[in-house]
Amino acid sequence: MRYLYYPGCSAEATGKAYDISTRAMMAKLDVELAELDDWNCCGATSYFSVRELESFAIAARNLAIAQQMGEDELCVICNACYTTLAKTNRYMADDPEVFKAVQGALGAVGRTYDGKVKVRHVMDILVNDIGLEAVAEKVTRRLTGIKVAPYYGCQFSRPMGTFDDPEFPTTMDRFFATLGADVIDYPSKVKCCGGMMMLTKAEGALHMCHELLKTAQDGGADVIVAACPLCEMNLEAYQPKVNKMYGTNFNIPVMYFTQLAGLALGVEPNKLAIDKQVVSCDRVIAAIPA
Amino acid sequence: MTELATTAQAKELHARFYHDVMSMPGGEKIRICQQCGTCTGSCPTSYLMDYGPREVIAAFRAGMIDRVVKSNTIWLCTSCYYCTVRCPAGIKITDLMYELKRLAIKYDLLPEDSKNPALTKYFVNSVHKHGRNHEVELMGKFMLTKDPGLAFKFAGLGMKLFMAGRLPPLAKNIKGRDELTKMAAYLEAEEAKAQ
Amino acid sequence: MAEEKIAVYICHCGTNIAGKVDVEEVTRWAAEQPNVVVAREYKYMCSDPGQELIQKDIKENGVNRVVVAACSPTMHEPTFRKAAADAGLNPFLVQMANIREHCSWVTVDPDEATAKTKRILSAQIHRLPFNQALEPIEVNVNPDVLVVGGGIAGIEAALKLADAGKKVFLVEKDPSIGGHMAMFDKTFPTLDCSACILTPKMSALGKHPNVTLLAYSEVDEVSGYVGNFKVKVRRKARYVDTVKCTGCAACTEVCVVRKVKSEFDVGLGFRSAIYIPFPQAVPLRATIDATKCLTLSKGKCAKQPCVPACGPEAIDFTQQDEFIDLDVGAIIMATGFELWNPEQDQRYGYGRLENVISSLEFERLSNASGPTGGHIVCKNGEAPKSVAILHCIGSRDENHQEFCSRVCCMYSLKFAHLIKEHLPETEVYEFYIDMRTFGKGYEEFYKRLMDEGVNFVRGRAAEVTNVALSPEEQGHLVVKAEDTLLGMTRRVPVDMVILSAGLSPRKDAKEVAQTFGFGCSANGFYLERHPKLEPASTMTDGIFLAGACQYPKDIPDAVAQAGAAAAGALVFVNHETVKVEPTISYIDPEKCSGCHICVGLCPHAAIQYNAEKNVAEVIQAACKGCGVCVAACGSNVPQQSGYLDEQIFAEIEGALAV
Repeated sequence: MRYLYYPGCSAEATGKAYDISTRAMMAKLDVELAELDDWNCCGATSYFSVRELESFAIAARNLAIAQQMGEDELCVICNACYTTLAKTNRYMADDPEVFKAVQGALGAVGRTYDGKVKVRHVMDILVNDIGLEAVAEKVTRRLTGIKVAPYYGCQFSRPMGTFDDPEFPTTMDRFFATLGADVIDYPSKVKCCGGMMMLTKAEGALHMCHELLKTAQDGGADVIVAACPLCEMNLEAYQPKVNKMYGTNFNIPVMYFTQLAGLALGVEPNKLAIDKQVVSCDRVIAAIPA
Repeated sequence: MTELATTAQAKELHARFYHDVMSMPGGEKIRICQQCGTCTGSCPTSYLMDYGPREVIAAFRAGMIDRVVKSNTIWLCTSCYYCTVRCPAGIKITDLMYELKRLAIKYDLLPEDSKNPALTKYFVNSVHKHGRNHEVELMGKFMLTKDPGLAFKFAGLGMKLFMAGRLPPLAKNIKGRDELTKMAAYLEAEEAKAQ
Repeated sequence: MAEEKIAVYICHCGTNIAGKVDVEEVTRWAAEQPNVVVAREYKYMCSDPGQELIQKDIKENGVNRVVVAACSPTMHEPTFRKAAADAGLNPFLVQMANIREHCSWVTVDPDEATAKTKRILSAQIHRLPFNQALEPIEVNVNPDVLVVGGGIAGIEAALKLADAGKKVFLVEKDPSIGGHMAMFDKTFPTLDCSACILTPKMSALGKHPNVTLLAYSEVDEVSGYVGNFKVKVRRKARYVDTVKCTGCAACTEVCVVRKVKSEFDVGLGFRSAIYIPFPQAVPLRATIDATKCLTLSKGKCAKQPCVPACGPEAIDFTQQDEFIDLDVGAIIMATGFELWNPEQDQRYGYGRLENVISSLEFERLSNASGPTGGHIVCKNGEAPKSVAILHCIGSRDENHQEFCSRVCCMYSLKFAHLIKEHLPETEVYEFYIDMRTFGKGYEEFYKRLMDEGVNFVRGRAAEVTNVALSPEEQGHLVVKAEDTLLGMTRRVPVDMVILSAGLSPRKDAKEVAQTFGFGCSANGFYLERHPKLEPASTMTDGIFLAGACQYPKDIPDAVAQAGAAAAGALVFVNHETVKVEPTISYIDPEKCSGCHICVGLCPHAAIQYNAEKNVAEVIQAACKGCGVCVAACGSNVPQQSGYLDEQIFAEIEGALAV
């Protein structure tokens, strides 16, 4: 199997570990990831706040490049990138004005896009294309006894709910159950982490992260896994700040789900960028049976 | 931020906002809002907002959008889409919030104490400059200009991230970065023509 | 052919037509048209003097064709046809020219409107010479009536008809009649015990000499038309001889399969494989659930204790489904509703979180004959100290059901009262958007509940969660909602959440409607003939609607509608014959080649193939004159009376001639 791959801007910086571990995990599953040529920022939430049609246009540039490369699917790892790119397709299909504007803008730089490249979240590919059975076969270190809190985040299945339920998704739960983990009941799993608000109004984001960490802890989680660089950053890097604000003493490892999955599939920890975490994951790694 | 001193001004502003929102796809749906409160009840940041999403729509319908724009409300939306997914009238509330943000920037009606607008502007600038969002540049610029205190508080964490290689100081420029500015220019020209 | 003498009448319709169209000019022009002997204009043709104009011209001036240029035929075609008929002219020699809805109301420019009026009139003037005098067709009517569904609406309709002296067949798919009303605890706003007011009617129905009760039966096929419906009923096998069975329930005590989720208790209680759904069942007979009975599903029940336990020896494992053919003159549909399944919206946690229950489940908890003996308890057996009742679950929601289910506000208030009655110390919260208390005594009921100290929060619940964010929330369910009247979001910890789910059409509603030959509305309920004036009839003559199958409604409205449906049925079955409109299709057997195309295309199943003669034949009373067969036939054989080819072509020529 082979997929065209869109890492996203965070993958080069704060979310580096997500990119590294995704590539390593996919390699173990015999899936080739070919990086999208000269990809640009998808625009995420910030761009929409400033300019609307431009947001669609710059997102569409990536899809136009994909189409030019002869591809009809694009694998995306970050929730925000996924929603932004998928939203672009949806709005181009539903609104002729958006379609016209985007095509016009792309035309001004010698590109074209018909709206037909499918945007696929990596979890969708894992569960629906590769299939849980195939994944199960490749597991070499079952995550037996590891209590995992699957944190989907808000833009995983909202607003479109294409491959999982917007209120109560289960793909990540099922994925980790396949890897042998003890997936806890994590009712906050689709709540927002605050995203960029951590920079613009930290108290709000810290409040939201507090709920996410608390419910994970109450559920007995050994580790929280995330599917978005911003989510991971907020829950992990800012955990000490949550503690400071709420007088708590959370010390929960937070990983990209691909890092933990990589371990289960036999990738060495040092190939999964686990050393880049701010909250140490040593305890979890040690707990995974050999 | 522009002061809205007179009622006439407020009315005119409302008329402009109303027209823009009604023209966005699905915008007319705010007319069928039941005021049920599901959006505010679902919103993770509504407890911080001066006006919850439901009240924003009520203010629109009452001809009083000016007070909403002056408040902190729209800049506290994290676009988590809970409201959009749950709204029984099918109103795309998140998109409405985006539209209000854009209009607030367009008419220069930014609340003084919100840092969000500045961050979004820096984001766009970074993307235009490099083709990708350079996180170090974004965060650095933002903190130094808008919130030096935060820069100070962030220093410890920032150092850890830097040591882990998660904050590369140099930006990578994509080959086609001027395509982005060209597309922006094209769309701005089209918009000017339409007006 | 007698010489055609056409009279043309131009109606002013006040200013509706005359305000736009130059009626004087049109009248002057009309008088000059071929075959027109008199052209008049008048302010209101539909009035008595207007109609008398027509009648005078027929009687005194030999007029034998009439065209009234006025409003839409749906408004007044019957009026003018009757006026002509009373004066001795065949009504089908009268045409209307719609110059209001089709012209004056939709044209901006007066000159254009006047010109268009002439064209519309010209079409009818050219058509009329080809009109034929038609006589209505009379068919015999079978005096018996079929009622489908044995809930309160079906029972009421059946009783009214039976008391009126008609023979009624009532078909009910469950082992007993009673429907949803039998499951309720108390009914609003009087707080009557539901079973107490229902069972006398059930009993009366079961004993009524004019009623044949076919319980545990379903309708498989329906054919025919008003006055002459042929219905095939499947009597499902109970595996119990209903003649011998006395309903003593001894078999239910000894059956080895004991843990079948009881449908009557909405899965909260259990029954055995052989069961009687509830003690007041009518008919009071046992039924074996073949999917759960070991003998019937697996072929082996070692002991078969039911057999010796049955004194009258009524158990019969060899029983088969039985088929009965019924001939009836009218049918009343009273098939009821289903509760919207709250599992479809996971933010309330139904099916996931303990102690989140549906409204029907609560009725069973509160009911003294329910699985907990009428004790309102949580899953752990303890009484809840606080309960939240959430309105509009699945209703008024574009993502689920757009319509309002009408009864939920009232039943939610009722629940609040029942909880307060059973558990006076318990706090009750109602989360609502609007309080829809529209009926007699309903607003007063709402006030009463406010007075009883129920906490009303105006805000649709955003979610129900078990995540505790504070010590007060530990171990509780939390309802999160914006209190819109206060303007703040609240998290209310409770022990139990009741979801006031909406009413849905039954899953098989569309299929059933197709079997019987009528339609459904966009929201899935059965379609009434007219939403305001004919809520108890369908578009199909002879088929009527009663109860929630037409739209959610409370018991008083269901009973009232059942009476209306019964009256509607009586209109037909009280006569020996019924007249059918003659503007129907006719297939000339000399010209028909028997190709079958029209047979399959007829939407009313009104064409049958006669194998002996190898031709298609129209069933006159079933034909609705839709014209599909006329258009479809490649050899142009079917002709529709009143819409013959000559008539239609003449209209076209007339319109183009101006």
